[in-house]
Amino acid sequence: MHEVFVVLSSFLASSVEMVEALTIVLAVGLTRGWRSALSGTAAALILLAVIVALFGPVLSRLPLQPLRLIVGALLLIFGVQWWRKAMLRASGFKALHDEDATFAAETAAAQAQGAVRPGALDTYGVALTFKSVLLEGLEVAFIVVTFGASAQQLGLAAWGAGAALVVVLALGLLIHRPLSQVPENTLKFTVGVMLTTFGTFWAAEGAGAVWPGGDAAILGLLVVYAAASYGFVTWLRRRHTARAARTEVTA
Amino acid sequence: MKYVTGFFRFWYDFIVGDDWTVAAAVVAALIATALLAHFAGAWVVLPLAVLVFVAVSLWKASRS
Repeated sequence: MHEVFVVLSSFLASSVEMVEALTIVLAVGLTRGWRSALSGTAAALILLAVIVALFGPVLSRLPLQPLRLIVGALLLIFGVQWWRKAMLRASGFKALHDEDATFAAETAAAQAQGAVRPGALDTYGVALTFKSVLLEGLEVAFIVVTFGASAQQLGLAAWGAGAALVVVLALGLLIHRPLSQVPENTLKFTVGVMLTTFGTFWAAEGAGAVWPGGDAAILGLLVVYAAASYGFVTWLRRRHTARAARTEVTA
Repeated sequence: MKYVTGFFRFWYDFIVGDDWTVAAAVVAALIATALLAHFAGAWVVLPLAVLVFVAVSLWKASRS
């Protein structure tokens, strides 16, 4: 059960970041040429591989209890941010993340840089894809390395991220346009709840607490946080509706 | 210097995000868990703190 959650969390979290990176790569590829987009992507992937190769093994050699405390706390803070934003988006207090809008904005910005000779390497396109893939890739690496090290399942976490890469790339090749069909906000909601669940479990264990039922407590936490999500979103939607009604009356 | 501050800003935004009080609450709840670790119910502190501080953070965000 624990192993399934590790792979699933790693897969979902990585998918979200990869969709964001792929949207920008597609925008650059279509407007500034595929040579530039793929060169920037390849350079970022090489740098990411070096970073993961340097820091991944160091993490897995640290003693488990302090590692779970630090990594659990980081995952919990990080997961709560995703969860919180997803609830604000689901209730209307925050705008939904829109890959179509990102694609349009990136395309317009790339076109504004002027024409590129066919087949030539374009500095703007290379720099933009390099930066985007590196930043989103760092987020994937952070999730996979910390998650895998805490669960002592680095291989499984890496498999989850690898599967996400295959699925997102296949989707990108198939639809060849912004990945707005991928329900990114729903994914972020699920990932936020899962990261909060694992973060709570490992951080409390790292601080010395003993969970009733051992690993089964993960499932209990997941159920509690999922139920709380439903309650929070319902409450926020009511507040949003009431606020909209007040604004209408005032206007 | 610009790249160094940019690097730290990226990680701050990435981990801590919009509401730093949630991160502070998590750290405080972990200290409380560590202090109560030799009691049987210490595990309850962190999930309870998460639920309370997420509720407070959502309430603050929905007022602004």
